[in-house]
Amino acid sequence: MTEYDSNTRGGDPVLVVEDLTVEFPSGEGLVKAVRGVNYQLQRGEVLGIVGESGSGKSVTSLAIMGLLPRTARVSGSIRFGGVELLKASEKELNKVRGKGIAMVFQDPMTSLNPVYTVGDQIAEAITAHHDVRKDVAKKQAIDLLDLVRIPNPKQRADEYPHQLSGGMRQRVVIAIAMANNPDVIIADEPTTALDVTVQAQILEALQAAQKETGAAMVLITHDLGVIAGQADRVHVMYAGKVVESGSVDEIFYTPRMPYTLGLLGSLPRLDVKTERLTPITGSPPATQNMPPGCPFSPRCPLSQDICDKEEPPLVAGPGSQFAACHFTEQVIGRDPAELFSATSADTAAVPVTVDAATDTETI
Amino acid sequence: MSEATATRTPVLSAQNLVKHFPIRGGGIVRRTTGAVQAVSDVSFDIYPHETLALVGESGCGKSTTARVALALQPLTSGKVTFEGRDLGTMGKRELQRLRREMQIVFQDPYASVDPRLPVNEIIAEPLRIHGLYDNGGRQQVRDLMKTVGLRPEHGNRFPHEFSGGQRQRIGIARALALKPKVLVLDEPVSALDVSIQAGVLNLLKDLQAEFGLSYLFVSHDLSVVRHVSDRIAVMYLGKIVETAAAEDLFNSPTHPYTQALISAIPVPDPRKERTRQRIVITGDVPSPANPPSGCRFRTRCPKFANEIDDAGRKKCSTEEPLLIDHGQGHPTACHFAESLQLI
Repeated sequence: MTEYDSNTRGGDPVLVVEDLTVEFPSGEGLVKAVRGVNYQLQRGEVLGIVGESGSGKSVTSLAIMGLLPRTARVSGSIRFGGVELLKASEKELNKVRGKGIAMVFQDPMTSLNPVYTVGDQIAEAITAHHDVRKDVAKKQAIDLLDLVRIPNPKQRADEYPHQLSGGMRQRVVIAIAMANNPDVIIADEPTTALDVTVQAQILEALQAAQKETGAAMVLITHDLGVIAGQADRVHVMYAGKVVESGSVDEIFYTPRMPYTLGLLGSLPRLDVKTERLTPITGSPPATQNMPPGCPFSPRCPLSQDICDKEEPPLVAGPGSQFAACHFTEQVIGRDPAELFSATSADTAAVPVTVDAATDTETI
Repeated sequence: MSEATATRTPVLSAQNLVKHFPIRGGGIVRRTTGAVQAVSDVSFDIYPHETLALVGESGCGKSTTARVALALQPLTSGKVTFEGRDLGTMGKRELQRLRREMQIVFQDPYASVDPRLPVNEIIAEPLRIHGLYDNGGRQQVRDLMKTVGLRPEHGNRFPHEFSGGQRQRIGIARALALKPKVLVLDEPVSALDVSIQAGVLNLLKDLQAEFGLSYLFVSHDLSVVRHVSDRIAVMYLGKIVETAAAEDLFNSPTHPYTQALISAIPVPDPRKERTRQRIVITGDVPSPANPPSGCRFRTRCPKFANEIDDAGRKKCSTEEPLLIDHGQGHPTACHFAESLQLI
């Protein structure tokens, strides 16, 4: 249901995801990559999705674009502009892809075609959806390159991806995403492969692209710093579910789910000198044959019997915040170091316990 | 060097390290047509029990610096001394004996351990190579596993049965097996998720306190570096552009590149993010095969572009700034260094 996803801006949402689940059959049982994700996206807003590897944040966006492998079992509902994407034919999807919803992937080298010039690739994105002459599209491509601040756009348009640096390539990918004035831009770890000074440039370009097109953006990243600077609302994902959602300030200043608090505590920060970080013990659960109960329970300092029996639903808190925790009241106002060191042994003190959940290992 | 360290003798000292990789032509003769100047005149000292961090973006030469400092790759010129002994003049056997004192932990925990060996054997390997295994090696391996936070009873398992964080611990245990004095950590946590990364960083701190290790910590992540290091050297295009005690560097960065780096790193605090001063630098790193004349950073330097006059620009283009104290209390390689408060 969508109720946990507060509709702060009013108006009709451009994208509605309801109870989305994605499962992959594997030799060792069904991998439940996404287990019931809901969200609504308003025009012009930036929704940040954070989570560690394997939390299902990328699979969610691939499902929206209809890019999952055929073996994937998808259920739920994804509605975009009155179209149910999960039931749409490939032809209908092709009308949405790149035009209604555009995507920026992590690795700009693999998302560009090495044998075409970047100008041609941007022009192709335009001609795929509009009946325009090639030379007109090419001109627009140059304008787009200029818009994402590529110097000498006219000359660059005739170059191949390998002639550009990583940051430049990612700008080209952003230009392609903007080409058809999409309503939604999904950026999946758009800066993870880039150096920090280039990351700053790309985030700026993305912001500019989003403002220019008025599109809503889904920004998927593992970097809480990037989220803090870019997102309006945040979803924290863990083991295929949204475990906490709220405005960016709510998530960072008053987290109500132990995992969110733990993430913030384990982060070395540039702006604060911390003597000791607070790791979260253990590792995320394997997503196949998941036991009942809260998936974070084995790593959670607040865990009690009920946590291993019943998976907590997302429950509304104050403001626009929602959290999935049986003991959310005990999380409020706590210091991560104090909460997480209470039960979890620190690395050196009792070395054997840390990170030693080998039984649940995958791969 | 700061006053506190001046009286001590460094464990590892690098003087004017230069490493060029030849670029060869395509023909049969494969004549050398140029050189990638990966490391150009880098000097540093590491003192006992301290962590020196080398930070910079990809291609700045930080990993190559670490590798030539360990004599894993030959130097083009320069000198590395370990407790006063020159590595360059040592014979092969002497060097091998010295390797006990200097070990390395690599970035990728998946690629740096042999997948066909059980963990016991991976950790025992350095002991065997140096002929130390027969003398209580088994127990030593068990102890090492405990030290790094792994269960000794898992010693018969293979690397694929462990998570990334645990594999990195295996790599650390192996590096510790010979009781080294210096540990080079080459991006030791950048392949790990944050919740796991914190545990490994804490472990490294504890090991340093327990065994009195010196770390050369190579990283691109200034947030991590702030947390672990005593002193920091910032590298750009093969050169150290600024070096200072960790707190000094963060509180009063003086080189425009350091300032840009610090201001580019997002902090997990939305209010701060909204109000922070950003120094955005444009463009990309120039090719190390053909670095700019004068100051290597000038092609991207916001100061060069916006603040200084033509005479100043001329100075930057012709005169290479030396890594000296320009009046801010620590060495910085900028003609127009000014400290700035950014966080």
